[in-house]
Amino acid sequence: MKTYIRSAVTISPQETFNNPLFLNELAGYNDNRLTCIEPDYSEAIDPKLIRRMSRIIKMSVASALACLKDAGVTSPDAIVTGTAYGCLEDTGIFLTNMVQEDEEPVTPVAFVQSTHNTIGAQVALLIKCNRYNNTFVSGAASFENAVTDAMMLLAENNTENVLVGGMDEITDMSHTVLTRMGLYKRQPVSNLNLFNTNSKGTVNGEGAAFFLLKNTPSGNDLACIEGIATFYKPEDTAEVKQHIDSFLLSRNINYTDIDLLITGNNGDTKNDEIYTRLQQSVFSKIPSINYKHLCGEYPTSTAFATWLGANIIKNNKIPASLINSDPSKNKISKVLIYNHYQNVYHSLILLSSC
Amino acid sequence: MDNAVFVVGVGVISGIGNNVPECLDALEKGNAGIGKIKYLRTNHRDLLPAAEVKLSNDELSVISGFAPTTSRTAMLSMIAAKEAWDNSGVNKLPGLRTGFVSASTAGGIDKTEDFFTDFLADNSKGKLRDVLNHECGNITNIVAEKLGIKNHISTVSTACSSSANAIMYGARLIKHNIVDAVIAGGTDALTRFTLNGFNTLLVLDEQYCKPFDENRNGLNLGEGAGYVVLVSARVASLLKQQPYCALTGYFNANDAYHQTSTSFDGDGPYMAMEGALAMSGLKPENIDYINLHGTGTQNNDSSEGAAIQRLFHPHYPKMSSTKSFTGHTLGASAGVEAVFSALAIQRGVVYPNLRLEEPMTAFPFAPETAFLKQQDIKHVLSNSVGFGGNCSSLIFSKL
Repeated sequence: MKTYIRSAVTISPQETFNNPLFLNELAGYNDNRLTCIEPDYSEAIDPKLIRRMSRIIKMSVASALACLKDAGVTSPDAIVTGTAYGCLEDTGIFLTNMVQEDEEPVTPVAFVQSTHNTIGAQVALLIKCNRYNNTFVSGAASFENAVTDAMMLLAENNTENVLVGGMDEITDMSHTVLTRMGLYKRQPVSNLNLFNTNSKGTVNGEGAAFFLLKNTPSGNDLACIEGIATFYKPEDTAEVKQHIDSFLLSRNINYTDIDLLITGNNGDTKNDEIYTRLQQSVFSKIPSINYKHLCGEYPTSTAFATWLGANIIKNNKIPASLINSDPSKNKISKVLIYNHYQNVYHSLILLSSC
Repeated sequence: MDNAVFVVGVGVISGIGNNVPECLDALEKGNAGIGKIKYLRTNHRDLLPAAEVKLSNDELSVISGFAPTTSRTAMLSMIAAKEAWDNSGVNKLPGLRTGFVSASTAGGIDKTEDFFTDFLADNSKGKLRDVLNHECGNITNIVAEKLGIKNHISTVSTACSSSANAIMYGARLIKHNIVDAVIAGGTDALTRFTLNGFNTLLVLDEQYCKPFDENRNGLNLGEGAGYVVLVSARVASLLKQQPYCALTGYFNANDAYHQTSTSFDGDGPYMAMEGALAMSGLKPENIDYINLHGTGTQNNDSSEGAAIQRLFHPHYPKMSSTKSFTGHTLGASAGVEAVFSALAIQRGVVYPNLRLEEPMTAFPFAPETAFLKQQDIKHVLSNSVGFGGNCSSLIFSKL
């Protein structure tokens, strides 16, 4: 069954929100941390509410509401979110408060908002949506599980549209901790030059992306999701190939049908080896682009990649700033996103023109 | 796609026992697991009672096979999930696509708390080992690996309804032919984060909680894990033993009223129960037992009670809150209570609602106060209500 992407909105480290131009100019960073470019929220959210919201809640709620608005949907039949880290800022605030005040924290606000389902709940509360509401916290398969849930709902009864989102935030604390774990480049690096550094580590990223998915075409959809799959800790490249083969087989397509590959290269030489090996074999004839120099590396970055892929299909055009090699095909109708996060979760998302 | 899903294995660890037989025994004898906090390092241990699992991390480590430095949430998860998996016999069937769908609200935050004390003093300090599994999803992953499950691993977190949604998701993965068998439920350890969080919300009872009592004064936190093994009809037919029951109905609705409290009339719980009944094709009078969410807070019990009155009046089934035994195990609660629901059907029993002195005057019904045996329990409704308005109900039915 085809799933139609009626609208897609993201707040990311690029100028992607409320911007009719599609990545015509890229935001450059000279850091190992890419931070979202936040809009003025006062148009989208009641200023009284904004004050209490953490950054990830604001970014997500604003994206979700804009996505519904673009789709002309007042209240969806379901809201499903995916986030690996949840509301980290509020978690950090409450933990700090608890430790510093020796277990006499003064306010429950941060605790309440630290709950992983806060974003889905806030959206439901703001639009008074009583329908299905779920949140996945499956690491780098969080967004993929949310989409899987949505696609199952759309195949079940009484669900015509689902609001799906993927989001994660960087906080100063999380950046410090993940840096200590050795995830990021030790030297400042230009994100626009991320894939030429030939060194260890990537750049930290974040973002919120929402999609309004439907089970019937509207005539004005961005793209369709043909299928989504994840696999866990494959033993070797052969197993990765096997998963990709069976995924494509289940979708009834060949490698040659894919017009564009969006890969999860993140600039870490070891991390990127797997993409290189696949691009020397099964993916060798498929034009490809990267996306993590735009949004950084984070567990739900495939939500950004889905936004990117859907817009490429809608515009039938790859932003000039992203082209690696000359795309040979005139029409981009099938886009495969292949990503892995620290070789734990691998995911495949197949998009097509509607 | 409307094929049935069966419960073929159960596993639980909670304040009243480390496995199914121990929990059943405590339920029958009326032994609550609530008491003075012994294992969690907290300043509140003399003031706030809780239902801890009666094992230290070292002892849990021996049973679970994890290193003692592992998050308690993972060790509890492993013990209950393994019990369910072994109990089902599904692990002996070759060639099945298996899944692990686990819920949690706290994840590895028990270890993050330890990390934080050192980290706040000096950002270059604190053992990184203690934050490696901070994420709820990582807890699920390490348990899945130990169980040898790889085809599908996912984690749900919708506050106190988390494991009801994990069970629903697991059932739907089977119905959509994505997996053949799923261990679904949830886990949460008692942590200082949640204890202090609920304490600042002023919803913790300093005495033992009294769900659905007129003079109830809040909840007691608990900890534990509970899982059911769900399979399709085809897989159920391959097993030697009879399934415990079928999962015939489920529904997820959002109260959309307030971030932490439920609407006065219980719209969310009402929609969840009504939706689950509609899916199972049952009428309210067909339900023989309701395992209440019944936390013991003013708000929850009024709201859930109002929803029950709207839906069931005048045919009230037997009902009780087993949180009077286990405390509120948060992300694990619907998993623990799904196990108790399946056992209620299999054994024909109804659990008592402990410490009920004066039933709520607003309602014409009252929970059971005695352990009832030799009951014909055909259909059990299990309710969950969480922060963020997340309400889910499950219906288990006798075969």
